[in-house]
Amino acid sequence: MFEYCADPDVLSTFEWFSCYLTNGKHLLFYKSFGLIILLLVITAPLAMLLGLLAAVAIKSKFLLLRLFSKAYANIVRGIPDIIFFLFIPITIDQLIEFSRHKIKCPEMVDSVWQGSDFIVCSAAKLPLNSDPQWIHDIYGFLLAVMSFAIVYGAFAANTFHGAMNSVPQSQIETGKSFGMSRKQLYISIIFPQMWRYALPGLSNLWMLLIKSTPLLFLLGIQDVVYWARELGGSKTSIFQYPHPDWRVWYFLSLLVFYLLLTKISELILNRISKKIYLPI
Amino acid sequence: MKKLIFSAILLAFIYVPANADTVRMGTEGAYPPYNFINDNGEIDGFERDLGDELCDRAGLNCEWVQNDWDSIIPNLVSGNYDTIIAGMSITAERDEVIDFTQNYLQPDPSAYITTGDGNKAAYIGVVAAQTATIQASHVAESGAILAEFATPDETISALRNGEVEAVMADKSFLAPIVAESNGGLKFIGQDVYIGGGVGMGIRESDSDLKDTFDAAIDSMKDDGSLNTLIEKWFGDEASLF
Repeated sequence: MFEYCADPDVLSTFEWFSCYLTNGKHLLFYKSFGLIILLLVITAPLAMLLGLLAAVAIKSKFLLLRLFSKAYANIVRGIPDIIFFLFIPITIDQLIEFSRHKIKCPEMVDSVWQGSDFIVCSAAKLPLNSDPQWIHDIYGFLLAVMSFAIVYGAFAANTFHGAMNSVPQSQIETGKSFGMSRKQLYISIIFPQMWRYALPGLSNLWMLLIKSTPLLFLLGIQDVVYWARELGGSKTSIFQYPHPDWRVWYFLSLLVFYLLLTKISELILNRISKKIYLPI
Repeated sequence: MKKLIFSAILLAFIYVPANADTVRMGTEGAYPPYNFINDNGEIDGFERDLGDELCDRAGLNCEWVQNDWDSIIPNLVSGNYDTIIAGMSITAERDEVIDFTQNYLQPDPSAYITTGDGNKAAYIGVVAAQTATIQASHVAESGAILAEFATPDETISALRNGEVEAVMADKSFLAPIVAESNGGLKFIGQDVYIGGGVGMGIRESDSDLKDTFDAAIDSMKDDGSLNTLIEKWFGDEASLF
């Protein structure tokens, strides 16, 4: 980063740290914080949308839709997050690759499962082997986003379901007696009012979502936890900046980061709820 | 939104290859001097040099992928990358799941280290080793209590914190750590020779790729360039071909 960093062995303590904390590896560490924010920003609306769809489907007239959405909400909420995070990305990935294999390479008759190997033709791979690493990274990240959205969508569905039921029944009956259709009832009566009832549940979910972002690490994505562990581990002189085990400091920085993130969220959510609710 | 989802799905299916000659090399990046992430955040070490040279000789375009050790075999067989080049010893158990190229390192001595104080018998206490390594199974069979850790570095930390009484790992990984510990750590007991040398792991169905790398390793053995690389990263005492 700085000119004087060429030979770290002769630097004073301050200069040594200024070089150490700005080396390429640390820049990757700092970027991974942005990844967490990006994940939150993409996942939250996606999970809300999924939750809203499922909540409406639970109230649907069609039995099949009702059963499916109930099953979704109950199964996902009932299974530990970690198991789902290990299961969904692999399943989605193999499902896509399997279908691509059937479409693109119909001439290959061998089963894609041979012993422990999962083999699809090279044109069916996603991303392709020839793609640069960043495409693989984005793909892995998108799979993670989907997993988060599916899991938190189920919780959001439950929150929205409860919130919709809290809208006073008399208003809905009044609407019906005016001859409003289901669609009209949702758009003019239920949706505008349910947010007041959904907000406490949703803000709770947002906090939980923030706190579960280190699960990215489980999916093999190089997130803040990966880099903190990698940077904090003791380094011998094969590295430019040898140091003993500093993991405690790196994990402390994660602790501060998450505390800040949840504190800021809390402040914002408090302001919103002040606007919505009247003081008692 | 519907359109967006639909086009994303469509894109996933019509997406076509540019060229198919890329081989993805999976490594752990936490086991110096075999492989590690250097200060610039790039994969470095003996296996980086070796892998790049092998790909060069085989005329392949190689891309490096970091993957944690405990899932390195599952991710190979499910096709996330095409080779494992991560200081992995050739063993009968692993050979049942994946294939190995010929070895590019001789069977490397494994050794125990312990803290400098007193004369602990490393063979009977709690011994740390990395999960799913030949050292871990050796410790388990030796009758000592095995403490497994996800990364090699965590085994050393556990020893320094007094959680375990000894660490067992490849000697070439331990040697610089002992040398730079100012007497805090020392080797104990005899070196142990386990495993059949280090080779590249390749899917069992991928025998063409295995042959390609076997030929490239052969050519590096023949002209002595492999020995030069081994001496560069492991010092003069390393066993050569």
